[in-house]
Amino acid sequence: MSVILVFLLVIAGFVGWWLSHQRLTAKPWLEQGMAGDVVGFDRSALPTAKIGLGVFLAVVGCLFSLFTSAYFMRMGLSDWRPLPLPRLLWLNTGVLVLSSVALQCAVVAVRKGQIYDVRLGLTTAGLTALAFLVGQLMAWRQLTGDGYLLASNPANSFFYLITAMHGLHILGGLFGLGRTSIGAWNGARPERLRLSVELCAMYWHFLLFVWLGIFALLAGWAATFIDICRQLLT
Amino acid sequence: MVDVTPADAVPPAEVGEVELYHPHSWWTKYVFSQDAKVIAVQYSATATAIGLVALVLSWLMRLQLGFPGTFDFITPEAYYQFITMHGMIMVIYLLTALFLGGFGNYLIPLMVGARDMVFPYVNMLSYWIYLLAVLVLVSSFFAPGGPTGAGWTLYPPQAIMSGTPGGQDWGIILMLSSLILFIIGFTMGGLNYVVTVLQGRTRGMTLMRLPLTVWGIFTATVMALLAFPALFVACVMMLLDRVLGTSFFMPAIVEMGEQLQHNGGSPILFQHLFWFFGHPEVYIVALPAFGIVSDLISTHARKNIFGYRMMVWAIIAIGALSFVVWAHHMYVSGMNPYFGFFFATTTLIIAVPTAIKVYNWVLTLWRGDIHLTIPMLFALAFIVTFVNGGLTGLFLGNVVVDVPLSDTMFVVAHFHMVMGVAPILVIFGAIYHWYPKVTGRMLDETLGRFHFWVTFVGAYLIFFPMHYLGLMGVPRRYAELTDMNIMTESAHHLNSFISIMAFIVGFAQMVFLFNLIWSIRHGREAGGNPWRATTLEWQTPQTPPTHGNFGKELPIVYRWAYDYSVPGAKEDFIPQNVPGAFAPSREPA
Repeated sequence: MSVILVFLLVIAGFVGWWLSHQRLTAKPWLEQGMAGDVVGFDRSALPTAKIGLGVFLAVVGCLFSLFTSAYFMRMGLSDWRPLPLPRLLWLNTGVLVLSSVALQCAVVAVRKGQIYDVRLGLTTAGLTALAFLVGQLMAWRQLTGDGYLLASNPANSFFYLITAMHGLHILGGLFGLGRTSIGAWNGARPERLRLSVELCAMYWHFLLFVWLGIFALLAGWAATFIDICRQLLT
Repeated sequence: MVDVTPADAVPPAEVGEVELYHPHSWWTKYVFSQDAKVIAVQYSATATAIGLVALVLSWLMRLQLGFPGTFDFITPEAYYQFITMHGMIMVIYLLTALFLGGFGNYLIPLMVGARDMVFPYVNMLSYWIYLLAVLVLVSSFFAPGGPTGAGWTLYPPQAIMSGTPGGQDWGIILMLSSLILFIIGFTMGGLNYVVTVLQGRTRGMTLMRLPLTVWGIFTATVMALLAFPALFVACVMMLLDRVLGTSFFMPAIVEMGEQLQHNGGSPILFQHLFWFFGHPEVYIVALPAFGIVSDLISTHARKNIFGYRMMVWAIIAIGALSFVVWAHHMYVSGMNPYFGFFFATTTLIIAVPTAIKVYNWVLTLWRGDIHLTIPMLFALAFIVTFVNGGLTGLFLGNVVVDVPLSDTMFVVAHFHMVMGVAPILVIFGAIYHWYPKVTGRMLDETLGRFHFWVTFVGAYLIFFPMHYLGLMGVPRRYAELTDMNIMTESAHHLNSFISIMAFIVGFAQMVFLFNLIWSIRHGREAGGNPWRATTLEWQTPQTPPTHGNFGKELPIVYRWAYDYSVPGAKEDFIPQNVPGAFAPSREPA
């Protein structure tokens, strides 16, 4: 359970940093309301939707940290036989990176108000994300073809489970991306479009980050890394 | 009034970003509503309905324990199904849904001075997915093989084996699917509660001016968002074990002389995941209760809450600590003794902020102008019950005491006192307190007092003897206790007595339900602020509050939520949205 605890520690650090800016040592019973005492909006200047997405991403991060924790705990048991990762996954990783880059371009374009480039960025991101999903399915087929079935070894089970969870999150993201694209073609208000594109990009970058983590985990580098950390500590 | 400074300089507190959805038809107004108040009522009604099912299940299992062998239809399988569904429904589908979905939805926007939740559409979806989860759960009663009988903790490997009711039928599949749906729905709602507290607050409503109810619900929601994924992961993995034959949790196992296809899985892994959710869950239910009780006590004792800052810090501390105590539910799983020592220590540490809260409630009552209204009675009953239940928690938090007691009725008594009775008492108190705001009418006083005394005294008569049974060594989870040496005649009598009390207390809840429905039309008119309370929900122009909550302009907040009996003020309470300084109230901390 160490991975999830480290993740929660990061969250706790963030919450602590935020709380330290909230005047938690104020004495509200002494702050009786004269006009000057009315503290202005101490809510964040960030758009509400971004904060909402941020909270959601924390939950998603929690979910994948828990999968990782479970992965490490199950890995320690004797019947674990790691499966060879298909080389196709490298290509998929590249495609997902491309998708994130395309969305980042869309963000830059929407800030400059170049609607044509926004549409181009959104389309590229959508298509590459779809290509990523197809690639993942092909990797699955390759593995099942080679006899690495879901139930035959826990390493396989985790591989399918974690990639499926990640794929489902991409699929959900594609739904949001689709709505944003519809807005981009039907002339949504510029500030609204800008917000949706930024939200999409934020989600995409996060899922790319999660994928890189998962990839490292499934390839076994994460375990090696943790072994090195453990040796350094002891 | 003394020394009132006019506040013309303050601009109105309109929030630009929230786009209020305006319903056009009866359907979008009352059924597929995006108004948090309607969603709150929907959540509460659904939770109450499914809670009634759980109440009936508890009667059935008490029939078996109190009068063993008398009722033929209660087979051991049926008994296990009753306890499983009773536990799961009460903890998740009633308590969590009612505190966060019900009270959270109703009170957060009104108390922070917002027109609605920040994502009303997602909020609506949250309720409908919750309803779907409840329906899936209920459908397992009608599935072949009946609901699962794995115990509410659903421990593998037994949860998905043929010896357990529902294990190889539909029961466990429906249970896991329902939990997964519940978690998805809750996440949608939870995002709303958190972000509304962060971003929806009206002008002047700093974090340190929030009523403690909002603090409690807010912190509990943050915890739930981080804890529920653990249950989600556990459910998904167990579902795969059951449906597709993987071996996440299932070890190599021989069943009825037949080798199952599972191999090498770890049941302990499930326990870690489950309790990583399960322990914060206790505080997910307790923190809103803490918050609500603080407000009830302050309002009905006409006195500012003692140590507001400490109360806030304690809520945050409890929230953080509750994530590092989970393995105290696993002392009997054969863990490393040092591990147990660590978790026993953290468990005892969490008693410190909790004790601070109890002291502060008592000190708030000290020399207060205590009105023994029904909400106040329930609040006082909560403090007593929580202390009683919490003290046995200190027993069970120690490894050496827990190991012999872990499988006895002592544990049943402990968690029913601290997590069952205590939060339910707060829920009742809160309903008597806020019902006038929701409906515009008061609940009937006589029926309410009857309900309180029977529930309070009855709950003690049910659960106190259980401690004694547990110390005698009477095990929990057993459907038949007749032929055991430890079951002396007096223990049997005690069991019958507990069962009869359970029926009486259950009957009192029917009186309460009658009161709820009857008073909608026939209750005394309440007016806008019957308790003379300070918080914003009592200052709405209409009662019940209409769509948009606050009429044309949002209130501006000038003070904290606890200005009761301020020296120099004309009345004994000053609402949060009244400008002007009075002589400073006595400093509470």
